[in-house]
This record gives sequence, structure tokens and C-alpha cells, in this order.
Amino acid sequence: MGVKRRAFLIGGAAIVGGGLFAVYSADSSNRKRAVELTAKGKDGSFLSWVKISEDDTVTVYSPHIDFGQGSHTALAQMVAEELDADWTKVVVEHAPADPAFANSALGRGFMADMSGQPGVVAALPASFISMAARSMNLQITGGSSAVRFTGQSGMRVAGAAAREALVAEAAERLKVPVSELTTLDSRVIHEKTSASLRYGELAQAAAARSLNSDVKLKDRKDFRYIGQGVHRLDIPAKVDGSATYGIDFTLPDMRVATIMMAPVRGGKLTSVDTAPALAVKGVEKVIELEDAVLVIAKGYWQATKGMQALAPKFSDGGHGGLSTASIYAAQDKLNAAGEKLVAPEGGKLLTADYKAPFLHQAMMEPFAMTAHHKDGRLDMWGGLQDPLAARMMAAESAGVDAAKVMFHPMIMGGGFGRRFPPYSQIVDQLAKIAMQVPYPVKLIWSREQDVQHGAYRPQVAARLQAVTGKKRMAAWASDYAQNDDAAAEGTVPYAIPNFEARHHEYISNQVNAYWRSVNASQHGFFNESFVDELAVAEGEDPYTFRRNHLKAGSRQLLVLDTVATRAGWGKPLPEGRARGIAMVESFGSIVAEVVEASLKEDGTPKVHKAWAVVDCGTTVNPLNAAAQIEGGLIMGLSAAIGEQITLEKGAVVESNFNDYPILKLADSPEVDVHFIESGAKMGGIGEPGLPPAAPALANALFALTGKRVRQLPILAQAKV
Amino acid sequence: MAIETTVNGKAVSIEAEPDTPLLWALREDLGLTGTKFGCGISACGACSVHVNGEITRSCSVPVSAVAGKSVTTIEGLKGEDGTLHKVQQAWIDAQVPQCGYCQSGQIMAAVALIQKTGTPSAAQVDEAMTNICRCGTYPRIRKAILAATGQAAVAVEGAA
Repeated sequence: MGVKRRAFLIGGAAIVGGGLFAVYSADSSNRKRAVELTAKGKDGSFLSWVKISEDDTVTVYSPHIDFGQGSHTALAQMVAEELDADWTKVVVEHAPADPAFANSALGRGFMADMSGQPGVVAALPASFISMAARSMNLQITGGSSAVRFTGQSGMRVAGAAAREALVAEAAERLKVPVSELTTLDSRVIHEKTSASLRYGELAQAAAARSLNSDVKLKDRKDFRYIGQGVHRLDIPAKVDGSATYGIDFTLPDMRVATIMMAPVRGGKLTSVDTAPALAVKGVEKVIELEDAVLVIAKGYWQATKGMQALAPKFSDGGHGGLSTASIYAAQDKLNAAGEKLVAPEGGKLLTADYKAPFLHQAMMEPFAMTAHHKDGRLDMWGGLQDPLAARMMAAESAGVDAAKVMFHPMIMGGGFGRRFPPYSQIVDQLAKIAMQVPYPVKLIWSREQDVQHGAYRPQVAARLQAVTGKKRMAAWASDYAQNDDAAAEGTVPYAIPNFEARHHEYISNQVNAYWRSVNASQHGFFNESFVDELAVAEGEDPYTFRRNHLKAGSRQLLVLDTVATRAGWGKPLPEGRARGIAMVESFGSIVAEVVEASLKEDGTPKVHKAWAVVDCGTTVNPLNAAAQIEGGLIMGLSAAIGEQITLEKGAVVESNFNDYPILKLADSPEVDVHFIESGAKMGGIGEPGLPPAAPALANALFALTGKRVRQLPILAQAKV
Repeated sequence: MAIETTVNGKAVSIEAEPDTPLLWALREDLGLTGTKFGCGISACGACSVHVNGEITRSCSVPVSAVAGKSVTTIEGLKGEDGTLHKVQQAWIDAQVPQCGYCQSGQIMAAVALIQKTGTPSAAQVDEAMTNICRCGTYPRIRKAILAATGQAAVAVEGAA
């Protein structure tokens, strides 16, 4: 995904770069800037990310946005752990979208992952990586990275370094050796004399001390907060309507705009008679962009009525001949050119074609952001997965110097990969219209525009081939056609002597982006369904077949065995029900799932119960981690059962929740989630729960009906 | 034109075109932004409010239709002393919300269901709770509804 691409870039920068002295001085001015932005009066600011105020409030500045994944609370737990903070006085805020808050820990994590040389990356000076992160505006949320990278290499270090400085300051004031001091609940304590000092009274002086960047982190056995299912800090405001999302933001004299974009992506606005919209009460202005028309009015309803009065004409950019079927046909052709496997004597060759459609993220809050251009300065408010990059993009679109653009990150009604600035057309649209009006303006996309102008999960076709014999996989070759190389997400956890996955590039007119779990959902479906086919062909139980290809004592085997045990694999089920199993490793976490399903009277699938077993190394907040796995599994089922974005004449057919069906409560199973706390390198939690859901369901349906699902979604295929 | 109605127990006069959806009158004219825009076609339930106690998807009801009626939004669920409604408390206890965007609507739907049924059966929950949650919080919504109704009838009597 994009974060990886960008990580390659910083990898490159790290090799080319030099001049450590310059880096260090850049870093100290950078820290000064961070303090200016966040600290006031007697506040003490530590490594930009932690602020301790005079009243003992600990503010954690998260460079990640939280669109529901709960990482803000988890990051705060990690700071509080090392800091020995009083949890009741910990708050989290979005870090300002300023280069001073670019996320160096994320840069380090991705660089280590991508370079394949964690040792080399670990040896680079922190300031160097921080500069690289700033130079690429790294404030990304994605890749299930917040806790495993930012938390592990950033927040815990910041907490520990701050604690060390607080203790040093206290030692000086109490005139006792550091070794006699302990810390608990935001106090430094000298047990011998029962003297103690509050963090709040030490903070300002402590923050001025030179911080140790090579601090010792706590042992697992000493954790007080990490591993606890503490309640999320953001939830109270989400049950009483007081949480303010981007769409809720308002300013005095603000107007509201809505938009209609060229129905065929790549098309342009050719003509529009603006008069009918301007005749609608409340409408103030119609703005034409290259590929869209916008109506600005007093409120959203008037803007919508104004838009309905328009009949803009758009070109199709030469893509009018494109359809879902034509894309699959082109992809099939590419895959068919792949080299054929040959089965040796006594071996079996199996070949199967799989297909997965474009998918829409369908975040519940449609795109909505506000901007105000005044006195040469452009302010923007809203929620995106990389506030810093959004700021830079807005500056470019508006033609304003980046120093005069401020992006104010707000909480988001979901994202699931939709809110990466490079694919968030709203930034460019809003920056442009804000420059043309004297008042603040909020741009709200209708749900129809949201569905039809998405940044979709790529449509993929794959041809899978395998040679089996004696209940073993001997060789595997897959050809798949899509926009991007999915090598990182196309692997299987099984020991197969010869494994090859060949990418064939296919580019449509659609923007291919990041749908929760990126390419792991399509390829997880292909691979784990095909493994099931191979098990059946070899006359082996699908669970046993899988376990026979896993190393004894491996984490994968434990995950698979545990889910089978918890789900009662092999035990009799009521008539008309069957189980399916699948395991996918993604974003550093191993997840196996079992789904128990039946068919409803109308022939559509019903999932009764699901089990998920996860090894992500360590869970910081098991209660929230379980929520992420439950939600990921349900989103995976939703997509598998009913979701697809299809094209006709180059334009998207679906338009709203009536024809893009999201799974509802009645069709959602109870999910049994279990974590194996292996202590291995920390993996992600927001995405890995999703990929096994589709193949587990498809495999259950095969067990039930004998029909193999090779194309998603299941409902669309059932209708044919 | 001015539409006279009651919102969260207070008489209000809304200056809006009569065909303005109640959702936008609440959000933009009254500043009650806890009620969310999700789809505009009554398909997702993010905009759910109570009109005379009935669960209503406010994106598809013109503001003129609530003249003289009583509207309750998420902001009106708390007690006068600021105490959370039992259903809101159950939502916190079960740690239901993720992104949280749909939860105002989910809570309004759950409160309406509990007011109507007292102790809803699993089938009643399935039938009534048709709002979309993209984060997939459904298992915890079920759990929270059970918890809220396990705490005797006080939750129902105390409801807005």
C-alpha cells in the first residue's frame, strides 16, 4: 500500500542523506516549534508527544487520527505505562498538522519492515528518521501501524524519557539520590522520608533537562496499563451526541456546498446552465471545476435542491466502453498467459479462477470538510488519514504558501482506507472553492457522490494452480491481474515446496486505493478458498490439511489449533449447518477464523456464530482489540455476502445503501474472540481480523452445498 | 416560514422551508449536530430521532410534518441533572462505539424499542435494530440492550 511506497522513499532518503549536524539542529528548532504549538505557562513538553501540565494533566499528542480503531486510548496507555502516570488524568489530542509532529516512530517502523534490515534502521539516529518523516509529511494512519510502530518505538520511549527527567528533577530538589526514588500515579516518591512531588510541579523544569533517548523500557511483568481493557477515552462523547465530527463543524456566516462530479471517472465538465440553481431560494453561487460542479447555499438542503435543478453535461474521458465484465475479461486474458503447472506422475493438478469486485469503504460519515480563506491564510477542518499531507495538498490546490495553511484534524465517522489525502478529492475541491468566496464554506458530499466517486479496493481476477499428492501441496502458482503488486498480502502461511505468485498489471479508470486490510482481503479469499479446494481434492479434512502444512511448535499452528478447538471443529452440528475455516496472516498478526453458517429459505447465507483466534504478539487493550477483530470479521462477512461496486459504460452503477448493502445486526453473528499473548513482535489489530472472514464463510457454504464460491459477492452470484 | 414544535422538551420556532428535512433543521437551524447525516434516503438510520415517541428517520421527514409535535434527539436523552440515560450508560459499559458516527441513531432506536417492549426478545432486537454500523459493533449493541433491560423497568420509566 501507499505507506509502504512512501516508506521506500524514506528508505532511499536515508541512504542518500548526510549531514547529521544539520539534522540535529533542524531537530532542536523542530522541538521548539512543537512546544510553541502545544505548551503554555508551566506546562512541560517532552519529545513533542507528551505534555504534563501544572495540574498533573498528561496530554498525549497522537500523530495518528482515531476513526474508531481505539488507538488513541492504546497509545495513551503506552505513555502512561512508562511514565507511571495517574490514568484518571490522561487525555489524548490529535497532534497539530505541523511538520514538528511528523511521525518519526512510524517512519522507523515502516523502514524496518520494508528494508528487511531492522538492525540497520534501529541504528539510525532518531533525529535522522524524524527528518525523513517530516520531509515526507508522515502523519499517516494506516497499515495497522499506530500501536505496533508509534506506540512501541515512540510513545513508550517518550513516557519513559519523561519519567526519567521528572525523577532527575525531583532528586535535585529533594537532594536525594535518583536510586532512592520511585514513581507512582504521577508522583515521584522518596519512601525513606515519605516526601513526594507531583509531576505537575516538576514538569516545566524537567522538560528543560536533556532527555535520554536510550531509556530502558519496562518488563512485561511490570505492566500496569498495557494489557488492561481500560475504557476508551473517546466513548463518553460518542453516546450523548457531543462528539464533534468534521461534518458537525461550524463557523459564523458559514455556507454549505455540495458537489456533482463527472459520472465517468476521467470525464470533464463540458457545460452547465447555472441559472436554475441560482433561482432556488438560499442558493448563492455555482462554481465550475474541471470535472465537477458545486452549489453553495445557506444550508445543505438548499444546496441539494440547487444541485437537483442543474443538468450539467460531462464527457466520459474515453472510458465509456468500460464495464465490470470488460475488466474481468481483460484480466482473465492476462492471467491465462501465465505459465502452466504440470503435474508429475501420481500428482493432481488443480486450476481455478477467482474474482473479487471493486469495494467501497462506505464510511458512515460522508466526506465533509470546512475551509476559510481570510487575510491570505487558509484554514481547513476535517478528518483525514494524514493531516500533514492534507495541509500540503491544500496549499498546492489553493496556490497558498504551506506556512499559511492550517489543517485542523477532527474525529471521523469511519475511514477504512478512504481518507488518505492523495485519494480524497475533497481537499482539492474545497481548497479551490474556498479561494473564490469571502465566507467560510463547508463542503458535504451526498452519499450518492460518496459511493460513486470512491477510491475502491481494486477489482482482481486470479488464476490459481496447484499440484497435490499424498495429501500434500507440492507446488502452487497463481496469476493475478490488478493495479498493483500484492506480493506482501498474497502469501500463504503453509509450507509448500514451490510457491509462486505472478502479478499482471491492469489499470482501469478507477482510483484503486486502500480498503481495510488492503489486498489481504481479495488474496486471502482466493488463497484460503483454494486451499480448501485442494483439501477436498485430496480427500482430507480442511483443518487437518492446513495443519499438516504448518511447522510443529509454530505460532500459526497454535492459532489454527486453538480456533478449531474453540469452535468445536468436527463436532456434530444441527441439520442444515456447516463450518468453514480460514487463516490469513496480515500486518504482522496471525488470525484464524471459523464460521458456522446455514442457508435461509431464500437461499442466502446466514452466519450463526464466528470464532476468531489472534496472535498479534501483545494486546495493549484487549477489550478494544477484541472490538477491532469483531468489527473486522463482520465487515469481511458484509463484503463477502453483498457488497460490490460495478461499472457500466465507465460509470459506477451503485449509488447508496439501498444497492450497496451493508450487513445489519440481524445478520451479524456473535463473535468469539481469543488472543494468544505470544509476546512476539507486535502486530496490527485494525485490519487483520477481516481477511479470513470471506473464505471461512465461502468454505462453510461449500461444506453445506457442495458449490464452491469463486466470485464475490455471494448474493450477486446466487442471483445469476 | 416558521414551524412551531417542541424539541427536547423546549418549545422552538424553526425558520425553514417547509420541505427541509427535519435532519437539516435540527443540525443547521438548531445546532443539534448529534443527529447524523448518513444516506439521505432513510436506509441507514444515522439520523434517527423520536417524534412523539416514535422512532423516525429524520432525513426523510419534512420539518413541516413535526409542527405541534414533540421531537427528542440524542441531546435530549440525559436526565435534567445530566445523568445519562440507562441505554447510554449501557453503551459505555459495553464499550460499544468505535467510530461512533452511527451510535446516536443506534441509541435512539434502542431506547424506542425498550420503551415499546420493556424487555425485548432477541427476535425483537433483530427486527427493530436495522440501523447500519460500518464498524460492526452489532454484537456489543446486542449486549448493551440486554444489559440496559436487565436493570429493571427504571430505564423505561426514566426515558425521555
